Amino acid sequence: MHSPESRPYIPALMTNAKTGPSVPNLPTEIPFPHRHLLGIQDLSPDEIGYLLDLSNAYAEHNRARGDKLDLMRNKTLINLFFEDSTRTRTSFELAGMRLGADVINIAVANSSIKKGETIIDTAMTLNAMHADALAVRHSNAGAVKLLSEKVNCAVINGGDGSHEHPTQALLDALTIRRRKGHLQGLLVALCGDVAHSRVARSNIYLLQTMGARVRVIAPPTLIPPAMERLGVEVFHDMRAGLEGCDIVMMLRLQRERMEGSFVPSVHEYFKFYGLDYDKLQHAKPDALIMHPGPMNRGVEIDSDVADDIDRSLIREQVEMGVAVRMACLDVLTRERDFDDQEATS
Amino acid sequence: MSVAYINARVIDPASGVDHPARTSGGVLTDGTKIIAMGPDIFNGGRPDDAEIVDCDGAVLAPGLVDMRVDFCEPGNEHKEDIQSGSHAAAAGGVTAVVTLPDTMPPIDDASVLEFVARRARDAKLVKVFAYATVTRGGDSDEIVEMGLLKEAGAVAFTDGRRSVANAKTLSRALKYALAFDTLIVQHAEEPSLSAGGVMQSGELSTRLGLPGIPREAETIMLDRDISLVRMTGGRYHAAHVSTAEGVARIRAAKAEGLRVTCDTAPPYFALNELAVGEYRTFAKLSPPLRSEDDRQAVVEGLADGTIDCIASDHFPQDQESKRLPFELAEFGSSGLESLLALTLELVHNGHLSLPDALAKVTSAPSELLKLPTGRLAAGAAADLVIFDPNRPTRIEPDTFISKSKNSPFDGRLVQGRVIRTVVDGRTIHTIDS
Repeated sequence: MHSPESRPYIPALMTNAKTGPSVPNLPTEIPFPHRHLLGIQDLSPDEIGYLLDLSNAYAEHNRARGDKLDLMRNKTLINLFFEDSTRTRTSFELAGMRLGADVINIAVANSSIKKGETIIDTAMTLNAMHADALAVRHSNAGAVKLLSEKVNCAVINGGDGSHEHPTQALLDALTIRRRKGHLQGLLVALCGDVAHSRVARSNIYLLQTMGARVRVIAPPTLIPPAMERLGVEVFHDMRAGLEGCDIVMMLRLQRERMEGSFVPSVHEYFKFYGLDYDKLQHAKPDALIMHPGPMNRGVEIDSDVADDIDRSLIREQVEMGVAVRMACLDVLTRERDFDDQEATS
Repeated sequence: MSVAYINARVIDPASGVDHPARTSGGVLTDGTKIIAMGPDIFNGGRPDDAEIVDCDGAVLAPGLVDMRVDFCEPGNEHKEDIQSGSHAAAAGGVTAVVTLPDTMPPIDDASVLEFVARRARDAKLVKVFAYATVTRGGDSDEIVEMGLLKEAGAVAFTDGRRSVANAKTLSRALKYALAFDTLIVQHAEEPSLSAGGVMQSGELSTRLGLPGIPREAETIMLDRDISLVRMTGGRYHAAHVSTAEGVARIRAAKAEGLRVTCDTAPPYFALNELAVGEYRTFAKLSPPLRSEDDRQAVVEGLADGTIDCIASDHFPQDQESKRLPFELAEFGSSGLESLLALTLELVHNGHLSLPDALAKVTSAPSELLKLPTGRLAAGAAADLVIFDPNRPTRIEPDTFISKSKNSPFDGRLVQGRVIRTVVDGRTIHTIDS
C-alpha cells in the first residue's frame, strides 16, 4: 500500500493546524502529483489510499467538533455548478469553510453562462479572479477536464455528465472502509442506472483499484455497451446478483428514464430492481446498504431499508462527503511537485 | 500559350498510363487543354513558344476530384465560403469538388444552384460542382425537381449529412432518378438508432460516459437501401462507409450486380476511435471513428475495389463549434488539404499501387458523377496536380488555407506534398505560394 512517509503528515496536520496560522513541519512531498482531481481512472492505489487516510483524519476532526482550520486561509474556493445540486455543492462549501477558505458559489441559472458564454470564456473570467480551487459540476462528460485545461488553479470534478464523480467514489470508499476495515476482497454490487451514472463509473474504478470485486445489476437497457470490458460482472436478476455481496450500492434512477424509454414503468422497476428486504436477504447477512442520494423512495429503494440504522450507511456517506472534500481541497491547494506529463496542460 | 510539363512521372489512372519521368517527355497543353502526352513527345524538340515547367521527377496526375466537400455557402460563410474552400482545395491538389447541398438555404432549386455556380466562377479557382438535395429542404418527404435541377447542373442528389430515412421517399427517389440516369448519394445511418450519439458505441464510449452510435446504424440503413435498390433498379452510392459490416454489405451488393457504389474518407482508413482520446472534439466526426477492425476492413475494401472512391469529407467548423464539451461540439473536420497525403499513406503502407490510389481520387469519382475532368488525354481539360509522393511533411492545421483549422490528423507525419495545381491550364497553386 502507500508509503509510510505519508502517515506522519496527518497527525502533523491535525495538531499544527489547530495551533495557529503557521503550519510548520509539513512534509514538502505529498504523494499526490496531480494538479486536478478529474477522475478516479487516473489514480494509483497509493494515491487513493493517501486521500482516504487524510479524509479519515478529517472525519475524526469533524466528528470531534474540531476547530475551524486555517489551511486554506486567504485562499478562495469557487463552486461552479452548471447542473443543479444541493448536496454536493453544500458539502464542498462546508469543506472549504472548515479549512478556512473563502467560498463563493456560482449558480448557473442566473449567470452569464446561461446567456451563451462558453465554458472557456468562463475559465478566462475565473482566472482573472485568482481562485485557488474550483469545484465544478457539468452535465456534459469531459466538460470539467476542458475547463481544467484553461484555468490556472486546481479543479475538482464534482461530476461531469455520465463520466466521473471522484469525490463521491472516495466518500463511498471511506464509508465502507470505516465499517469493514478494508476494501480488499469485498464484493460490492452496484444496482440501477449504471448506463448514465458517473457514480457507478468512479466507484468501479476505485473499488477495483483497491482490490474489491464489483458487480453491476440492472435491466439490460441500463447497462452501457461493453460493460464487462471494465472488469465487472453483469447481472440482470437482482437476487442472483446480490448473492454473497458485502455492500449493496443503489444508484438513482432519473424520472425521465422510467417512463417507457429505458424501463416501462416505475411500478415494474421497483418490483424487479428496487431494494427491499426480500431481495436484500440474498446478500450477506451483514451486507450494508448505500445510496449516493438523492433517493427515490419506492422506486429504487424501499423506505424501511433506506432508514434501517443497522444496515444503511446513507447518512454516514453524507458525513464522509465533507471529510473527503476537505482532504481533496487541502491536497490540491498545497505546494507540490507534479508529474511532468501534467506539468502544463 | 502552350506549356510543356517535362521530367514528370505521368500517371493517368483512367487509361492506365504510367510514364517514367524524362526530360524528353511529359504533357503539353495549349494553355487550357492537353494537346499531347507521352514519354517521348519532346524528342523532336519542344514548341518554341512553350513555357517549360520542369517537374524535377515529381508525379504529374489528373487534379484530384473530391466528391464530398461542404463550402458552407450560402448560410455559414463564417465556417467556409466558396472562395476560401476553393483556395484550400487548390492547396490540396484538388481541381474539382462536389459540394453538399445542405447549405442555408439548401440547394433544392435551380436558383441556389445558380448562385453557387456564379460564386465559383467569381472565385475562378477550382471547378465547383454541386449536389442538389433529394428532398425539398433536404429534410422532407417530397422529392425535388430532379430533371430541372440536373439541367441546371446538379451532378447527383443527396440529402447531405442527413439520411433519407423514409423508405418510401428513398424508393421513389431511386425510381424517379432512373428517368434522368442520375445517382442518389446517401449518408447511410439510421437516425432513430444514432440519435443523441456522439462517438462509436463500445468500451471507450462507456469509459468516457458519452452516448454511443452503434455500427448497426450504418448496416441497418445499408441493408434497407440495398433492398430498395434491388426493388427499384436505381443507382445508389453510399457516402463515407466506415464499418466492416458496411463494406461487406456493399461487396455483396456489387457481387449481386446491383448498381451500388461507395466511398470512404481518410479518417475511416487512417484512424480509429482511439483518436477521440480524452474528449478531442477534432475527432468528433459523422459517421464516428470506428474500431481498429473496422478501419482494417475499410482498407481492405479500398484494396479490393469494393470502395470505389475516397472523398475528403471536408466539413469545416469554426473554433467556437469545436471548443466545447464533446457532446456539444459539432461533427466534422477540415479535410481538403490533407486528402492527398493521407491517400498516399495507402501507397506507402503497401495497400494500393500509386495509380490505383490516385484512381480513387480522380477517375473513379469523375466517372461516377460523369464530370468533365479527372483524366489525362489529348483534348481533355488541363486539370493537373504535380506532387512529390515521398516528401515528408507534417499535417499542421494552423497552416491550412481553409477557414477551418481543425483536423483529427493534427501533427501527423505523412509523406507527399503538392507542388503545383493547374486548372484549365492555369496554375492556381504552387508549393511556394
